[in-house]
Amino acid sequence: MHEYTITRSIINISIEEAKKNNAKSITEIRLEVGELTGLVPDALQIYFDMISQGTLAQGAKLIIKKIPIKFKCRKCLIENEVKGGIYRCPICDSRDIFITAGNEYMIDSLEVE
Amino acid sequence: MEIKVVRQIMEWNQNCHEELQKIFNENNILCINVMGSPGAGKTTLITRLIESLNNEYNIGVIEADIAGKVDAEKISDMGIPVVQLNTEGACHIEAESIKNILPEFNLEKLDILIIENIGNLVCPAEFDIGEHLKVAILSVPEGDDKVIKYPLMFSRADALIISKYDLKKYFEFDEERVINCTLNINRGVEIFRVDSRKNEDANKIISWIKAKSNKYN
Repeated sequence: MHEYTITRSIINISIEEAKKNNAKSITEIRLEVGELTGLVPDALQIYFDMISQGTLAQGAKLIIKKIPIKFKCRKCLIENEVKGGIYRCPICDSRDIFITAGNEYMIDSLEVE
Repeated sequence: MEIKVVRQIMEWNQNCHEELQKIFNENNILCINVMGSPGAGKTTLITRLIESLNNEYNIGVIEADIAGKVDAEKISDMGIPVVQLNTEGACHIEAESIKNILPEFNLEKLDILIIENIGNLVCPAEFDIGEHLKVAILSVPEGDDKVIKYPLMFSRADALIISKYDLKKYFEFDEERVINCTLNINRGVEIFRVDSRKNEDANKIISWIKAKSNKYN
């Protein structure tokens, strides 16, 4: 449900950046969203289409790149991707790990005209 | 034409969160954000914390609910300054919401500010609201699968409190599963257990908060 707030923020930042570059319209917004976050991409586009009406961002397509959850083993210091919900070092089998990716919430780039 | 942006979507909230932390630090206030499902026992925990900490610390409370002021009335009856924040449908509170109601408190006379977030395991986890500590409550009747289903909140919590622990015998609650799943995504988390009624269980949480508050008071 907080997709509304997030969408409003995406639109504000995108318009600010587009204006800085004297763009007339935004056609695409590329986002990077970590899998640890609970974002629902479909809901985001629906809100986006509603809120962006009458702005530079109207009609833009949201491209959402999901960033997989990754972790590093504290002993081996090797980064691995979480697969099947298993948070364990595939090399030494240790559970002593820390999350290195999956929390992202970024606007990466825009396509403008 | 492509424009490289690389900006945090939530930067406006993060900026306000940092601004609030600065205000709290300047006034030596420890701010605690209490999160969990509706009915997990957030208000009960807060009233217990107040009972135990009230003699030593000046406590203030912000009660966030979608509607109504029953929780605020409970706290107010204890003689504690409390402000009710009604979100009128919104699923979470933002740093800005806290900043707007902060003038209601006399910050110079406050040592600990407890914020009870909206009952929800999903959205509140996304928004920092000026807190130094995030406390996630999971009650036994909710089930042992919640950490797997809602990882973000548990991955960001400083403390996990397993509440209604005395009901464990009535539910098939695999405590080890909860603890392992939480430690997998959050190695530094402190884990506490509290019963529905007994106040003594809250002692460990109290000591933890006291130790943390020494840093800020």
